[in-house]
Amino acid sequence: MVDGVIATIIKAFLLINVLMVFFAFMTWVERKLIGRFQARYGPNRVGPYGLMQPIADLGKMLQKENMIPDGARPKLYLFAPWIAMACALGAFGLMPFGNVATLPFTDYTFHLYIADTSVSLLVVAAIGSLGFYGLMIGGWASSSKYALLGGMRAIAQLVSYEVAFTLAVIGVIIQASSLSFVTISNAQDNLWYFIPQILGFLVFFVAAVAESNRPPFDLTEADGEVVAGYHTEYGGMRYAMFAAAEFVNAITLSALGAVLFFGGPSGPYLPGPLWMLIKIGAFLFVLIWIRATLPRVRFDQLMKLGWKVLLPVATLNLLITAAVVAYR
Amino acid sequence: MAATEKKTVVWPQQDILQPVPSELWPSSDNPDLLEINLGPNHPSTHGVLRVVTTLDGEVVVGVKCEVGYVHTGIEKNIEQKTYWKAIPYVPRMDYLSFFSGETAFCMATEKALELEVPRRAEWIRVIFQELARIHSHLVFLGTGSVDLGGIALLFYCFRARDEVLDLFEMACGARMHPRYCQVGGVAEDLPKGFEQRCREVIAFMRDQIDQYYELIGANPIWLARTVGVGVMSPDFAIKMGMTGPNLRASGVPYDLRSANGGYGGYRELGYTPVTKETGDVDARFRVRIDEMSASLDLIEKALDGLPEGPVITDDRKVALPPRHELHTSMESLIHHFKLVTEGFEVPAGEVYAPIESARGEFGFHLISDGSAKPWRVRLHGPAFVLLQSFAKLCEGVYLADLIAILASIDPVLGDVDR
Repeated sequence: MVDGVIATIIKAFLLINVLMVFFAFMTWVERKLIGRFQARYGPNRVGPYGLMQPIADLGKMLQKENMIPDGARPKLYLFAPWIAMACALGAFGLMPFGNVATLPFTDYTFHLYIADTSVSLLVVAAIGSLGFYGLMIGGWASSSKYALLGGMRAIAQLVSYEVAFTLAVIGVIIQASSLSFVTISNAQDNLWYFIPQILGFLVFFVAAVAESNRPPFDLTEADGEVVAGYHTEYGGMRYAMFAAAEFVNAITLSALGAVLFFGGPSGPYLPGPLWMLIKIGAFLFVLIWIRATLPRVRFDQLMKLGWKVLLPVATLNLLITAAVVAYR
Repeated sequence: MAATEKKTVVWPQQDILQPVPSELWPSSDNPDLLEINLGPNHPSTHGVLRVVTTLDGEVVVGVKCEVGYVHTGIEKNIEQKTYWKAIPYVPRMDYLSFFSGETAFCMATEKALELEVPRRAEWIRVIFQELARIHSHLVFLGTGSVDLGGIALLFYCFRARDEVLDLFEMACGARMHPRYCQVGGVAEDLPKGFEQRCREVIAFMRDQIDQYYELIGANPIWLARTVGVGVMSPDFAIKMGMTGPNLRASGVPYDLRSANGGYGGYRELGYTPVTKETGDVDARFRVRIDEMSASLDLIEKALDGLPEGPVITDDRKVALPPRHELHTSMESLIHHFKLVTEGFEVPAGEVYAPIESARGEFGFHLISDGSAKPWRVRLHGPAFVLLQSFAKLCEGVYLADLIAILASIDPVLGDVDR
């Protein structure tokens, strides 16, 4: 809380709302883009260019009956989407959108981030892993075999990719000698870490796709196999929360990629927050592109990729970075 | 893997299916096993197939298929209809390769009647059988790709499928269940401009097929999911009664269009079966894509040499008289009335006329007692037969592979259950 309690609360409120609007808009972008990739129009009925589609979807979700399946554990069943959602939103609070800004027409200056702790990266990784509890509990508590399989897959996926993910970003930490996002993004003013940390970035990207349960690693909700995975039994707003949590996770990981490897909010001419949004958007575009094109990997292939390819490559990257930094 | 490279394949030893041993059923003795119902309502069972699967973690240890959810008694219904009125029932069985069904039924009836079909009609039938095959393979490719998680191909395939259906619409007004085939020929001659439109679709499809190959043929994820999965040895495939592309994917060049000299228009047009060597999911996908190309060649060949002449037999006891004759000719009016109300009588006897549908041997066994309705109709449908090898192929594979195998053998539940 660098700006005092009241200002931080206002900033958090704004950030959550901006984030949710951004998420709603991105679902439209995703559907529109996937439509274009697949030789069709995508949503184009509600509002101009179908822009009101997310609002219409929200209205539909809100009207749905909130039912609890027979044999489910009601408390856990109802609680699981909140875990997923809270964790997805929480991790975003640490993302920097720039350094210092002045409120227009006043002299009041404030920071363009909510918090800057010395262990930001660790906090984001921790909150991100915590979000998987939502998937696991949701899958287990809804008393469905498909959901159980989906939840089980989520855990296996988390365990195999969290390690490679963390190892991949340690290279960046060593180079910037800090865990703070602000320090890391400021350290990239001359050269984006994308270039010296190319190996780390590749591992980070694959692991991030797996972490955010996006295709081709969306095994937790592989519709061909386990119907809808952990959220098979969820409907209405609870389903929407899972879906939102998943997409916000993708946004968070895109923001993380932008901060760690592409200089975060720094860039010429445009203000920091805009640069940040552009970089996040570029990441999301690639994610959507992948989703529209690639088939899904198999469970054992996912494990193999995580343990036998990404982990050694991430370790190699870590060793090289450490050696270079130590001898410089 | 290069397509031209000839590989030596080590086929697995496969016995025909035995009942799943009881120790593989989940019980209090086997707390680790999970029994899960894939279907009848499941995104990947292509209709209403119920696959009772026993899972050990992610590994499939036992599979039982339950069929019959869309049993509508079509064979029995046909026995209540005159031959004529039975034709629209048939494409409702194998609804993806619809025109093959119509042709098979008409051919069986013609065989029982010992009726000569005009040459032009035979060639037109070839064109539409091949179009129906392309339609079926396109749906297979699209839905199969969705089962493997690649959603893009579905839309590309359905866009191409729409072009193919437009051709059916052009010829007879209906898109999916055309009832274009008629005992003794086809119902109408090809409309003006059909040939040109057909050639445009062929050119479009050739381009599309190249794109499908680019999208899946060199994609490492796709290859990892399909190569070496669900391998079926030629010996096993023959033992299990497989026909059609699944058999040819295992390297057996058996295709009724060329076997024993072919049938109908294929006798003149000639055809060389497409085969693949590996017999896995990948081969079953590729054999169908290549068959689409072969079908396009065949259609082009048929269009090039399409003979002139009538499109339906001039036997007035079987075929309707031309519409304009009804106003001037008493005999025509009587024939028309008798045909529509009573139908034609088929001499007593028993025939079996198989054709090559998109899934394999599709043949009607008709028994006639000399009346205007068939006494017994029995279909040898390919899908029901090929489904029996499914459980065997799925032993010890991952759950995701089970879906891939089911997609690759391409059952149509309308044909399985009838």
